[in-house]
Amino acid sequence: MTNVNMTVNGKAVSRDVPDETLLSEFLRENLRLTGTHVGCDTSQCGACVVHVSGKAVKSCSTLAVSLDGADVTTIEGLADGDLHPMQKAFTEHHGLQCGFCTPGMIMTSVDMVHRYNAAGKVLTSDAIRNELDGNICRCTGYHNIVRAVEDAASKMEAKGGS
Amino acid sequence: MSTGIGARVTRKEDKRFITGKGKYTDDVRTENQAYAAFVRSPHAHANVKGIDASAAVAMDGVIDVLNGQQLTGDGIGNIICGWAISSKDGSPMNMGAWSALATDKVRYVGDAVAIVIAETQALARIAAEMVEVDYEELPAVAASDKALADGAPQVHENAPGNLIYDFEIGEADATDAALAGAAHVTELSLTNNRLSPNAMEPRSAVATFDEAEDHYTLYTTSQNPHLARLVLSAFYQVAPEHKLRVIAPDVGGGFGSKIFIYPEEIACLWASMKTNRSVKWTSDRSEAFITDAHGRDHISTAKMGFDANGKIVGLKVDTIANLGAYMSLFSSAVPTYLYATLLSGQYDISNIHCNVRTVYTNTVPVDAYRGAGRPEACFVMERMMETAAREMGMDPAELRRANFVQEFPHQTPVIMAYDAGDFSANLTQAMEAANVSGFAARKEEAATRGKLRGIGYSSYIEACGIAPSAAVGSLGAGVGLWESAEVRVNPVGTIEVLTGSHSHGQGHETTFAQIVAERFDLPIENVQIVHGDTDKVQFGMGTYGSRSAAVGMSAIVKAMDKVEAKVKKIAAHVLEASEDDIVIEGGEVKVAGTDKAMGWHEVGLSAYTAHNLPPDMEPGLKEGAFYDPANFTFPAGTYICEVEVDPETGATDVVQFTASDDFGTIINPMIVEGQVHGGIAQGIGQAMLEQVVYDDDGQLINGSYMDYAMPRAADLPDYSVHHASTTCPNNPLGVKGCGEAGAIGSPPAVINAITDAIGTNNLAMPATPQAVWNAIQAAM
Ligand code: FES
Ligand code: FES
Repeated sequence: MTNVNMTVNGKAVSRDVPDETLLSEFLRENLRLTGTHVGCDTSQCGACVVHVSGKAVKSCSTLAVSLDGADVTTIEGLADGDLHPMQKAFTEHHGLQCGFCTPGMIMTSVDMVHRYNAAGKVLTSDAIRNELDGNICRCTGYHNIVRAVEDAASKMEAKGGS
Repeated sequence: MSTGIGARVTRKEDKRFITGKGKYTDDVRTENQAYAAFVRSPHAHANVKGIDASAAVAMDGVIDVLNGQQLTGDGIGNIICGWAISSKDGSPMNMGAWSALATDKVRYVGDAVAIVIAETQALARIAAEMVEVDYEELPAVAASDKALADGAPQVHENAPGNLIYDFEIGEADATDAALAGAAHVTELSLTNNRLSPNAMEPRSAVATFDEAEDHYTLYTTSQNPHLARLVLSAFYQVAPEHKLRVIAPDVGGGFGSKIFIYPEEIACLWASMKTNRSVKWTSDRSEAFITDAHGRDHISTAKMGFDANGKIVGLKVDTIANLGAYMSLFSSAVPTYLYATLLSGQYDISNIHCNVRTVYTNTVPVDAYRGAGRPEACFVMERMMETAAREMGMDPAELRRANFVQEFPHQTPVIMAYDAGDFSANLTQAMEAANVSGFAARKEEAATRGKLRGIGYSSYIEACGIAPSAAVGSLGAGVGLWESAEVRVNPVGTIEVLTGSHSHGQGHETTFAQIVAERFDLPIENVQIVHGDTDKVQFGMGTYGSRSAAVGMSAIVKAMDKVEAKVKKIAAHVLEASEDDIVIEGGEVKVAGTDKAMGWHEVGLSAYTAHNLPPDMEPGLKEGAFYDPANFTFPAGTYICEVEVDPETGATDVVQFTASDDFGTIINPMIVEGQVHGGIAQGIGQAMLEQVVYDDDGQLINGSYMDYAMPRAADLPDYSVHHASTTCPNNPLGVKGCGEAGAIGSPPAVINAITDAIGTNNLAMPATPQAVWNAIQAAM
């Protein structure tokens, strides 16, 4: 057992957990933040993606104890009063069906747009498809996810990259 | 903005999913929660000589380890296939026994032999590793043709030669005669590759037993919670129906794989009673590959005869279907009544004969996966048509058009009676949208880049809206396939609709609300759809076979008819007018042509206060209906795929994919397009990427996302999706269903395009770069 302290969605949390506890388990089981999903056991599907210090991380492949002191944002913490532009775009473009991949898709996509904006690079639809390599959706066929990310990217740019 | 029929309403259910507040089965945590893990066979075929769980049971935090002897000893029944198919000689199918936990024999890698219950999930899994099972290995067989060979290992004693049934449909002699007299006969051997459905949410179950009430509750990843309860009660004797509540909360995709009642749900329910703990099991992805029912896995040979004008005169198909180690719930129906009955395609064919042999093998059970039988039929038909056109030097589109059924209703020689369609209109629309006339120029341009460009068609038809109960009953189904609904108007005028359909991505909470909002001219926010809980919804047959619109919505319409009639009676009484003059619009119930009106909510209130109702009228405003469809529905359309192949590497890109579908009335085009997108993605996945591979000893070779090629965003194109619809004459909304079309129509379009590009027909699915490269080399 190790004591882990983190900031999760802006709140300080502290738990004693077995050393082998994955971040996904820590969030789901210890904090009961069940928006972060687990869809595979080989770090391939991206249903589990959260932000650590603003960067997309696969929580199924990260030990909770390695993140002592970290700042973690999950899908539950993304909306800041109002829905995030990426969340709005997913619903407006019907970028989700069963919703299981959606939290990971949204968290990955927000980080993607931030990185492209920061680097001053254009996020083309081909780039979006390549960037989503680590996120699998079985329902949507990706078409509407790509439309959603394009749309959110343009709105996030206009807002100055939030 | 309109929210009625035909409007692109964004989904009511989205908010909880995009904010992480969806509630899936694994998100459920109950009081007194314990966790289960299964001890599974690492062998494809073995006798179980003994199980020693002493080391596991001795571990701190392990609650119990239970096995198959105990399960059968407690009277838990065997898992059954619910559709009885007879062989052509009249003999019944040879169904082998399937216990939720194997007792004396295991028959596939993953077959469960024991369930471990522990205080944590991690502990349960470690303890499962500690259970010693003494296996005596037996020879195994994985491929269906090998299973039928002389001397093959026997999977079940009561299925000699591993044959489950030898089924036929159509007229053999007449078809042979037609083929003998044909001017041209096209012949192909076709494999429909084995797939793993891979809904992104792994299966999960949370079972609780309330000893004081002698009552069970099961949260489970199900497409049909009532069917689960029925089967768990009536056949597996887990608990009587009134003592079992099944809840399917948010479910993360199904694609067929969550129709069936699996060993794990049975074992968890039983274990919750044995241990008096709430038992939770969640599959991981590796476990999903070896326990979720697989799909497809057909080997076929087909002969199609044409007269000198290119008119089809006969079709003969011989198919072997692999059903795996045990017969799953609907497994027998998939390669028969959902496959062979669709072998007329969109064409007017007088003579068809199909023979289907299903076999046991030492592999995961095979059952319905998106399309279920219809993709296999479409693949046979559309590969045959394209190949025949090439052989006869005809244009593939025109060969199809010349053979299309033109008049409806049309009785095929293989049971189905097509009710409506305009196949030519879909073909024309797809060709225009795909700019087929510009293809030659695109091909030429691709050649300058060293790429081989090809085009392929697929004109599919499917049977949805499953299904008229009497008809399927006469064909062996163990259940009726109607749907139920209840419409409750509250005293304040808001509405709850309880439906037996289940949404696991289809967006019913929105589309079902749309038809109610339209009918009573109310804000869509005032309508709530309730589904997925056997304590709330009286009964339902669930969601599969693209049946929720055609059957589920029709039941809602029937219930709304009754509500409307009662509303009009109440209003006529209060407003002192004739019922015939009452109209419902704009949130009011009015007397047409006058200013006499009541608010919709006032009618609701009148119904519940009951102070001034017509004589003899019961208070309340709640109506239910069961709807049994009159016929299947027949969505149809044409898909056109364009690919570019790099001849140096075999790498293939789908560069254009165009769909024209006839789904009948469309309730929400946004959602329908989404269904088509997802279906096409799965179809392209089947055609180019996916295949479950077993070695000869029955070991699964590719049981993870490191090995099984799931389609990812960069593997797929944007889709160009169009509609040219005819109305379905057999249900009140004129809807046909759209959930499976994409997966049914797309695989042959892709393979037809690739074979067009590379100039050889000898290419099996999945058309990986290696397979395409090999095909190019072989043709050189
Ligand atoms: S659960 Fe983390 S990548 Fe699949
Ligand atoms: S919406 Fe179901 S997996 Fe993506």
